[in-house]
Amino acid sequence: MKANPNLKTNQGIDWRQVIMPSVLSIVFFTLVTGALYPAVITGLAQAIFPRQAKGSLITNADGTVIGSELIGQQFSNPAYFWGRLSATSPVAYNGAASSGSNYGPLSPALIGPDGLVQSRIKALEEANAAGGVTVDTPIPVDLVTASGSGLDPHISPAAAQYQIARVAMLRGVSAVEVKALVDQFTEGRGLGVLGEARVNVLMLNVALDKQYPLPAATKP
Amino acid sequence: MTFSGVLQLVIYMAVLLLLVKPLGSYMAHVYEGTSGVNRVFRPLERGIYRLLGTREDLQMNWKTYALAFMLFNFIGLLVVYGLQRVQASLPLNPAGMGPVSMESSFNTAVSFATNTNWQGYGGEYTMSYLTQMLGLTVQNFVSAASGMAVLVALIRGLRGRTAQTIGSFWVDLTRSVLYILLPLAALVAIILVSQGTVQTFDTYTTAQVVDATALTNADGSAVITQTLAVGPAASQIAIKQLGTNGGGFFNVNSAHPFENPTPLSNFVELLSILLIPAALCYTFGKMVGDPRQGWAVLAVMVIIFVVLLAGVYLAEQAGNPQFSAKVDQVTTEFNPGGNMEGKEARFGIAPSTLWAAATTAASNGSVNSMHDSYMPLGGLVPMWLMQLGEVIFGGVGSGLYGMLMFAIVAVFIAGLMVGRTPEYLGKKIEAYEMKMASLVILIPCAVVLIGTATAVVSEGGLATIYNPKPAAHGFSEVLYAFSSAGNNNGSAFAGLGANTPFYNTALGLAMWFARYWLAIPTLAIAGSLAAKKVVPASEGTLPTHTGLFMAMLIGVVIIVGALTFIPALALGPIIEHILLIGG
Repeated sequence: MKANPNLKTNQGIDWRQVIMPSVLSIVFFTLVTGALYPAVITGLAQAIFPRQAKGSLITNADGTVIGSELIGQQFSNPAYFWGRLSATSPVAYNGAASSGSNYGPLSPALIGPDGLVQSRIKALEEANAAGGVTVDTPIPVDLVTASGSGLDPHISPAAAQYQIARVAMLRGVSAVEVKALVDQFTEGRGLGVLGEARVNVLMLNVALDKQYPLPAATKP
Repeated sequence: MTFSGVLQLVIYMAVLLLLVKPLGSYMAHVYEGTSGVNRVFRPLERGIYRLLGTREDLQMNWKTYALAFMLFNFIGLLVVYGLQRVQASLPLNPAGMGPVSMESSFNTAVSFATNTNWQGYGGEYTMSYLTQMLGLTVQNFVSAASGMAVLVALIRGLRGRTAQTIGSFWVDLTRSVLYILLPLAALVAIILVSQGTVQTFDTYTTAQVVDATALTNADGSAVITQTLAVGPAASQIAIKQLGTNGGGFFNVNSAHPFENPTPLSNFVELLSILLIPAALCYTFGKMVGDPRQGWAVLAVMVIIFVVLLAGVYLAEQAGNPQFSAKVDQVTTEFNPGGNMEGKEARFGIAPSTLWAAATTAASNGSVNSMHDSYMPLGGLVPMWLMQLGEVIFGGVGSGLYGMLMFAIVAVFIAGLMVGRTPEYLGKKIEAYEMKMASLVILIPCAVVLIGTATAVVSEGGLATIYNPKPAAHGFSEVLYAFSSAGNNNGSAFAGLGANTPFYNTALGLAMWFARYWLAIPTLAIAGSLAAKKVVPASEGTLPTHTGLFMAMLIGVVIIVGALTFIPALALGPIIEHILLIGG
């Protein structure tokens, strides 16, 4: 280990090693990590995974972008599958302002009689009534709670199962056919073990509209 | 507790621990200048030092090292502040973001320079792409590298050589960025993009929604479009995870499907949180010439981590007893079950709670679920992991140097018990080292408690509590915020409205104290120990790689954390838990 010629003792400060290198280092690392690095990654990403890098967009038959595979949308017509509750503002599923509800576990806004959970239970029961179906299984928890992002595109397979009878009835098709479509849009756990199995609500509803269009009477 | 949940936690720990030795050994070689990459890139490295006005062999004493660290960070802070203030008139601002307010810019600049990455703002509606890249991404790299540099300096002080100097900050910084952080970040970024994380300079996309009758605007008109915020996210997320930064590209951080699209991306991001902090333990052992020393410290971290992880996992998996009986919270193969409020369907309980524990054990602070909506005891765990001083893995570099301060205190206490002068790795621990180590341990405690106390008796502090009912939860929001800022974590009970003059200023100051008033005493110890002669081990020396020492160290960390924070925790999560079970 060579001694620093600018430092006579352990007590002094070698200012020449402090001031200019600080300024120059900021410039250097800004260029390398702030400009070069993101630019190279963007180039590589666009070359290897162009679809993912741009946001996994989905388009309809005439090429209009109708959403992203990864970002949920709001559905309130009982003839569609419903997704997670979304706490984004000013409207649900605002893709430009992600947010969770941030309600505490004892917050009246969550568990109170007019809270998130109770209102959703009521809405689901009304939707079942509109479809003329009775579902006697309890409601899976992910269907009455807000996602962390407010943009969650998925629900659990149980939450999809809960809605199959209603959707089938309102679209005038058999539950078996709808179930087959649900299965098609169900993904298993990552590598068989990571995370949870899930159903992509947006993709499922798009496919529903294509295969089993809404009867004209219930169309908005 | 479910089989698949536990299996995921076991796989995670196994993969993490398998990577410790290879990466830790590589990093040791990088800092010694003896790795393959050092040899290959030596001409380039020398060129960089010349460019920066320094030389590889210009050693620094601790004061010069500390000043270089401080000034470099301070200039970086000014750059981040300035970029936010003038971003409206700079390029790469396709969404047309305006200038950020003065106090929010100050808070964010301190936040990113101190490796805290607390966010008072929402990325997708505040920051231009240019600010995210040139400001935030750069600090993600260099604040992490600064922490690693300070650790390496401390290791040089601890190892068995007598010297007046502790290395060169510029060399340690450059090697951390170029040989460790950049290659890992590039790899992780590409993996993330393959999963669906966005990486583009295009402006936000507008989609025509599938059901145009589902929503209405405030004026009664139908919502027919959805704006999809995108951006160069993957490159920033990779380093925010690896550098224990945690500041998300988007408001909800890694809960956002564009930041963390799949369970696999989640696993990679999770691994990136603890990877470097864990591996640095091995680096430490190798650099002091006794890998057992590193394993012992790592074992202490793992033991505390696993116990607390089990706590948060069980609390969340149990679900919310206050929910209606019509709701099914039982976990099955088809239903995640548990407390799903604020959690994503693709992750479920185990990966969400593993993240909550990892991100607060390390001073990462990114989130993939909303901690504010955790069950009371589920929220207590992340809060307490931060309050332990961010030494259970902790920040890259800073976590281990914090833990080594606890190790110094532990040998001191052991020395008192047997009536011998304490020593650590052959260096005598004397009054000066004890004073400095005590500062490192006590300053964050003081910052957290004084900050919380001030906030809950002031109008500005109380005004933006989001969950005032029950009051214990509101108190938890404030306690969490100061625990996070005062330990450079950055996660939040995000309901708390922190983008106010009060919180931007108070938390900004907390972050500042927590970073520099810890790093400087640490470097002072490095300088003081470096100058000491090595005392040969004798029969009375306490070996610091044994189970006995590990138990001592666990005891010191837990006792300090418990004595300091249990009264405060009793006012927040513990009361809330009693309310919950009492109905």
